[in-house]
Amino acid sequence: MEIAILGTGCPKCRQTAEVVRQAVEQAGVDATIHKVEDIKEIMKFKVMTTPAVAFDGQVRISGKVPTVDEVKALLAHDGKA
Amino acid sequence: MSEGCEKNPAGGSGPGASCCEGAGPGEVSVTTAGVDPRTTAKYFGSGVLALGIWWLVYQGLFPFAKWFTFSLLTLTPGSHLTSAVQFFVFEAPKILMLLTLVVFAVGVVRSFFTPERARRILAGKRESAGNILAALLGVVTPFCSCSAVPLFIGFVTSGVPLGVTFSFLVSAPMVNEIALVLLYGLFGWKIAAVYAGTGLGIAMISGWVIGRLGMESHVEEWVYAAPAGGDEEGEVLNVSWRDRVHFGLDSVRDIIGKVWPYVLAGIAVGAGIHGYVPENFMAGIMGSGAWWSVPLAVVIGIPMYSNAASIIPVVQALLGKGAALGTVLAFMMSVIGLSLPEMIILRKVLKVRLIVTFAGVVGMGILIVGYLFNVLL
Repeated sequence: MEIAILGTGCPKCRQTAEVVRQAVEQAGVDATIHKVEDIKEIMKFKVMTTPAVAFDGQVRISGKVPTVDEVKALLAHDGKA
Repeated sequence: MSEGCEKNPAGGSGPGASCCEGAGPGEVSVTTAGVDPRTTAKYFGSGVLALGIWWLVYQGLFPFAKWFTFSLLTLTPGSHLTSAVQFFVFEAPKILMLLTLVVFAVGVVRSFFTPERARRILAGKRESAGNILAALLGVVTPFCSCSAVPLFIGFVTSGVPLGVTFSFLVSAPMVNEIALVLLYGLFGWKIAAVYAGTGLGIAMISGWVIGRLGMESHVEEWVYAAPAGGDEEGEVLNVSWRDRVHFGLDSVRDIIGKVWPYVLAGIAVGAGIHGYVPENFMAGIMGSGAWWSVPLAVVIGIPMYSNAASIIPVVQALLGKGAALGTVLAFMMSVIGLSLPEMIILRKVLKVRLIVTFAGVVGMGILIVGYLFNVLL
């Protein structure tokens, strides 16, 4: 899975990246995480609020720093689908 | 890390670190299963109980501050130190408790709104009505200055007029619920109403003026070429009350956790002025007699970036010492409504002339409000 962290580099975006990293580690999912900081690139994901997290190009979280458990739940949910 | 910080100056040190202060719960697109009514009742019951305890403690703060100052520290009544200590011991817990309650309530209210929803309501609206609606929605929609750019693009690319978008962008930070209730708690409902009413007025009118100026060509060209953002409505409508309560609690943890040091620092400054600076000391420099005090307050306030919570105690101290209400209000509005970090972020989508116009129009509105109140009161 390819996970994108969308945000222009505010503290919340860095927190989000850290939370996602922990969740991926704990869930033992095979995923690569990369940050998208350029606003033009971010807009391609059609979000209006940052920080946001996208799995394989699909925005799953936007406008808040998720908790590790929330990300794990989303990972489990998307893994089954 | 550092290049990320550069892009958003708000990420630096000082009060600016609370970049997303006031942001709402956000959205997670996981449908929550229905919660049975008994759980809802339990949440409601604990809510009433918590509110009761809150009220009792709140009522006990004044006697406690007196007891603490005179019985425990045995300070003599009437001295500057006594007055400063009593001010701090009473105001600090009072303001923090009020903040907690309000931030929670607003967190719950905001769980009903998302920027996507605001945009859907505003898209295609006519200018004047759109400006009014946008200013009102700006108050209740969770918004963080970090998201100003994607929100701006999301609005203008889906048919929200430029001026209407500005009404939203002005009112969102300017009419701040924290400032509103603190003003109510400290100065009464009249000043709180004046603040909210004039703040909304400035947002509506300055957005309308910017719309009239027809500055669409001063938006960076690539913006209109960008795909319309945020087409998901979000699951706000299906959110259970349990989740809304959690949204409220999350925003309390988030916001209070960040602003409390600034609140305490602000109250300490207030206590210092309260105890030591002579009555009417400020009247000379910030009283209504000095015509240049309002523009000076606005010019100093615009580049400053601070959260509403930490500016209020300073406002209180200034007013208490004879500074004119209009001048202080203008200072406060320009600090929380406009900031250098926000303008630097907006530079990505707006050309310099539009940013200067934006700051100029809003600054002018604040200036008028400041003069108006100095004349009326």
